[in-house]
Amino acid sequence: MTLMPDVKARVTGRRTSPARVAGYVPGWVLPIAILGALLVLVPLVAMGTRVDWANFGTLVSSPSALAAVGLSLRTSLAATVWCVLLGVPMAIVLARMDFPFKALARTLVLVPLVLPPVVGGLALLYAFGRRGLLGGAFSFLGIDIAFSTTAVVLAQTFVALPFMVLTLESALRAQGAAYEGVAATLGARRGYAFRTVTLPLMWPALVAGTVLCFARALGEFGATITFAGSLEGVTRTVPLEIYLQREVDPDAAVALSLLLIIIALVIVGFAYRRPSGRSER
Amino acid sequence: MNLRPLSRAAFTFVSAALACTALSACSPNADSTASGHNGSETITVFAAASLTEPFAQIAENFEDENPALAVTMSFAGSADLATQIVEGAPADVFASANEAQMQSVVDAGLTAAPPVIFATNEPTIVVPADNPAAVSSFADLANPEVATVVCAPQVPCGAAELAVETATGVDVAPVSEESSVTDVLGKVTSGQADAGIVYVTDVARAGAAVIGIPIDGADAAVTSYPIASVTDADPGAQAFVDYVTSPAGQAVLADAGFGTP
Repeated sequence: MTLMPDVKARVTGRRTSPARVAGYVPGWVLPIAILGALLVLVPLVAMGTRVDWANFGTLVSSPSALAAVGLSLRTSLAATVWCVLLGVPMAIVLARMDFPFKALARTLVLVPLVLPPVVGGLALLYAFGRRGLLGGAFSFLGIDIAFSTTAVVLAQTFVALPFMVLTLESALRAQGAAYEGVAATLGARRGYAFRTVTLPLMWPALVAGTVLCFARALGEFGATITFAGSLEGVTRTVPLEIYLQREVDPDAAVALSLLLIIIALVIVGFAYRRPSGRSER
Repeated sequence: MNLRPLSRAAFTFVSAALACTALSACSPNADSTASGHNGSETITVFAAASLTEPFAQIAENFEDENPALAVTMSFAGSADLATQIVEGAPADVFASANEAQMQSVVDAGLTAAPPVIFATNEPTIVVPADNPAAVSSFADLANPEVATVVCAPQVPCGAAELAVETATGVDVAPVSEESSVTDVLGKVTSGQADAGIVYVTDVARAGAAVIGIPIDGADAAVTSYPIASVTDADPGAQAFVDYVTSPAGQAVLADAGFGTP
């Protein structure tokens, strides 16, 4: 009998309140969840204890820090736009179309997730570098992305794209194509059904994927330093600035790290409030 | 009823995970007792990354001459190593690529004897083997057409490069200021950059992919490598320091391109 509200909620597609479903959670879940949360929280708190609070403002507003923050925000935003533009079609193709070697294609698309970023940087170097696979064609066209901001965006897109594909594809597959089928029987053309049915349904996953991409791009370090180099205002993003400052001014490195954490928290918090608000209405 | 297999599986997983943690915590102890039984003493040497090849060779020679002593090496950037030692890492010997990082260990009161300079190094131009930008002197690097990569001024190799700029009056406009000399070398060996400023010894270990072009005036930026045994180190530690500064140790360092102090 206690299952009733849940079943009803599933049938009507409405959510049961967390207070009600908490009764179904086994007792061992909570302590382990707390342990997991501590693993994440303790290092963050430990970092907070090393921050030179008195000089925090000065440390994060030095010209080099400001240049790094500005560059990081610009490049991460550009990389996120690319992730949406490229990742949405990729996820739809993987979730909705059949073609030979699809499993292999999916695995390859997700490789940047498991690849150490430095290796990713080397791979980019061998592909787009001046002596890379496509380097000759690029220089023939007069394009030289070596040591440019474009190289930073390319590296960030490379490492962040799988997050978009993964998030969106699993949402699309879980959701199925039944509603699109109904739309088609009612005479909706593919483009119209995509805009009015598929897009609204995948919206929460799209927001989650976008946030993950931005966060990953913001934290990207290895591929950037290997592929793009490090020059203030051009290629030295916040993680690279932190890495450099750590050598000479650990206080500045810690302050910048905290700033990066705050930026990430604000973005993640902001983006995750919207979709849950929508589905509760 | 449905939950039981799940919670059992979780319990098994958790106990396995905890057992792993406990085992890995035990293993270092097991190791040290084992070497204790052999009667051999282990010296832990923290050495700058640029010393990797010659120090591996020196350690091998040293162990051959002192069968009772074993040497373990930890190579990293001097700043990292100095931080680790100050934070309590169990080093017996510290060999730094610059005097500033050694000084931070001295200031912490952690050196057993005054540091000794055992090697020198100086900056040089490095270009890909085919030298695409036809670089022949330090002055060529002022040409904006030459994609030059250097170390950031904050790190020792960058400070050395700046000292050369000051000494020669050449103004280099780099396309990238890397955090380590290894990153500079990587950009040149991959052909991404036309030229870089690294140390003489980096060219020696990079092999045929690159060539070095000496800088007139590089002597303005010679760096000295100090070595010292660490407080409370085993007696073998000073023996290792003495071996590095002996003719045998100096010969290995000279082969790797290091200068003699």
